[in-house]
Amino acid sequence: MPLKIRKRDEPWKWGALVVFLGALLFSLFVSALLIEGQGKDALHGMMVLWQGSFGNLWALEGALLKAIPLFLCSLGVAVAFRMQIWNIGAEGQFALGAIGATWAALLFPNLPGVVLLPLMFLMAFVFGGIWAFIPAFLKLKLRVNEIISTLMLNYIAILLLDYLVFGVWKDPASFGFPMTPEFSVNAIIPHIGSNRVHWGLLFCAIVGIGLWAFMRFTRLGFELQASGEGARVAKYAKIRYGLLVMFVMFLSGGFAGFAGCIETSAVLNRLQPSLIVGYGYTAIVVAWLARLEPLNIAFASFLLAALRVGVENLQLELQIPAAFGVIMEGMILLTVLAGQFFLLYTLERKQRQD
Amino acid sequence: MWEFLIPLFAATVQSGTPILYATLGEMMTEKGGVLNLGVEGILSVAALAAFWTSLATGSPWLGFLAGGICGMAFASLHAFVCISCLGNQVVSGLALTILGTGLTHYLGVPYVGLSAPGFTPFDFPVLSQIPMIGDIFFKHDMLVYISFVIPFIFWFFFKRTSLGLHVTATGEMPAAAAAAGLKPIALRYFAVLTGGFLIGLGGAYLSLAYTHLWTNGLSGGRGWIAVALVIFAFWRPGRAVVGAYLFGGVMAFQLRLQAYGTNLPSSLLLMLPYLLTIFVLILSAWRGRRVDGPAALGTNIEPEG
Repeated sequence: MPLKIRKRDEPWKWGALVVFLGALLFSLFVSALLIEGQGKDALHGMMVLWQGSFGNLWALEGALLKAIPLFLCSLGVAVAFRMQIWNIGAEGQFALGAIGATWAALLFPNLPGVVLLPLMFLMAFVFGGIWAFIPAFLKLKLRVNEIISTLMLNYIAILLLDYLVFGVWKDPASFGFPMTPEFSVNAIIPHIGSNRVHWGLLFCAIVGIGLWAFMRFTRLGFELQASGEGARVAKYAKIRYGLLVMFVMFLSGGFAGFAGCIETSAVLNRLQPSLIVGYGYTAIVVAWLARLEPLNIAFASFLLAALRVGVENLQLELQIPAAFGVIMEGMILLTVLAGQFFLLYTLERKQRQD
Repeated sequence: MWEFLIPLFAATVQSGTPILYATLGEMMTEKGGVLNLGVEGILSVAALAAFWTSLATGSPWLGFLAGGICGMAFASLHAFVCISCLGNQVVSGLALTILGTGLTHYLGVPYVGLSAPGFTPFDFPVLSQIPMIGDIFFKHDMLVYISFVIPFIFWFFFKRTSLGLHVTATGEMPAAAAAAGLKPIALRYFAVLTGGFLIGLGGAYLSLAYTHLWTNGLSGGRGWIAVALVIFAFWRPGRAVVGAYLFGGVMAFQLRLQAYGTNLPSSLLLMLPYLLTIFVLILSAWRGRRVDGPAALGTNIEPEG
C-alpha cells in the first residue's frame, strides 16, 4: 500500500510528549536486549534500573545531586541553541568554571564563606564565559565554525585541568594522586539540613527563574528570541547580532562554569580529574529533549540524572558496564529526532488517480 | 638530523592515514549535502567491529571489510533520521557520536588488552628503494598503500563520472536536481553510506594497523579533526591529503617528544593537535573567504504536499 507524506494543517497538540514517551519506550526495549545480550535477565535488569533511579530516598537524592550540574550546563547550551549557535563546549566550560573556582578557593582559604563562595561563583562564571567567548569571537571575526572550535576547546580544557592537578596545584600530601588539597570549610557549599543535597539546588532555581524572567521581560531577552530566526531576520529587526552572539555565548559558558564550581565545591571538595564525567555532552541531550524550554530542562535533567544513578545501580548489582547509560542517552536522542517527523507531517494512504 | 626526520615523516604518514580515510568519508557525505558529526562515533564502532572480526576469523582483511560495513550501517542511522525523518543534522550527528562511543565502551570491555591479527608493514617492491621517499612512503602496511589511491578515485568520481556529478548537484541544489529528473533522496543516501564506509575503513585502520591492541578511546578526537579538515580542504581530496598528514605529523612529533623525555608536561603536548585544529580553521577561513561548502549542506529536503 503506497503511502503519501502530507504536511499537518495544525500542530499535533500532545505530539511532542507522545514522541518523547515513544522514544523512551523504544530505547528501554533496546536496552533490555543489550542486557539480555550480556547473558543477564533483562526484566530483572530493568527492575534494578528502576530501583536505582527512583526506588528509594537515597536514589532520589543521588538523582537530584546529579541533576544540578546537568540543569545548569543544559540551560547554558539551550540559550545558545535558541540563537542557532551550536555551543557543543559545555564540557570544557564546565571544566574551566571548576578551575576558576578552585583558584579562588586555593588563593583565599581564610576568607569567610559569605565572601569566598560568591567570589568562587564569579570566577567560575567568568572563566567558563571566556572559554565560550573565544569560539564566539572566532566565529564572528573569522567565520570559524563554532561546532568544531567549542569541541576542540573541550579537549584542551580537560588537558589543562590535568596539567594543573598533576602539576602546580597538586596536593603534596596526596601520595602522588592528581588532586588539589581539600578546600577549606569556607569554600564548601553546605548541605541542606542532614541531607546529601546541598544549597546548589536553590541556586539552580534562582538561575532558572532569572533566565526565564530575562527572556520574557527584558529587551535584550526579546532580541535573543527574535535572533533565533537567524542572522538575517535579526538584521531586519535592527538587532546588533554580533554583539548579541558574544553576549549569549558568554552567558552560556558562564552557566556551565557555575556547574563546575558547584560540583567541585559541594561534591568533590577539591579539584580532581574525576570531575569530568560527561555532563557537558549529556546537557546537549537534555536541552534537545526539553525543546530548549527552561522548565522542561529542569524535568529532563532530573530524568537523565536519575538514569545515570540507575545505571550505577546496574553496574553495582549486575556488573553492567557504565557506558550503558551513554548508549541509552544517544538512543533516546536519535529516536526523538526521528519521531519529530510526525509533529510536522502525517502519512496517509495514497489516493488512486483515475 | 635526517635520522630524526625520516622516521618522523614515516610516522607522520602512518598516523595521518586514519585521519585521511575519515576526512574523505566526511567529504563524500558533505558533497551530497549532509553534515555528519557522527564521525567520531563511527570511527570507534568500526574500530571495534574490525578488531572483533579479525579476532574471530583470524583474517585482518575480513576485519577491514567489517570496519567499512559497520561504518556504513552506523551512518545509515544518520541517513534515516536526517534524510527520511527530516531530523536536525547537527543534533543527529552528535547523537550518533554519543551512541557510538557508548556502544564501543560497552561492547569493548571483554577485549581490552587483547590483540588481534592485524596488518604489518612491508617494503613495497621497487618503490621502497627510492632514497628518502621510499623510507617515508613505502615501508608501511597495505592499508596505507590503499589510502594513497583513494584520493585519486575520489577525484575521478566527482570530476569524471555522472554519478559523481549527480551527487554534487544534490549537495548544491536538491530542488534543481529533482527537477532535472535525478533522485536527490537516493543520491543523499548514497553519499552518506559510502562516506560511512570510508570512515569505517579509517576506524579499522586504528585497531588493526595503528595499534594491534584493543583499548578504549581509540579514536581520541580524530573524528572531529576530520570534520574540521573537510572545511580546511575546501571539499577537495588533494588538500585533504595535505591536512591529514599535517595532523599526522603533529601527532607523531608529540609522541616522539614524549618518548625523548622532554621537560614539557605531557598534558600540554597532548593539546597540540586540538590547538592546531582551531588554528587550521582560522587559517582556512582567512585564506578562503569565497570558498564555501556545498550550498545545501546541512539543510534537509522537504517533501512536497
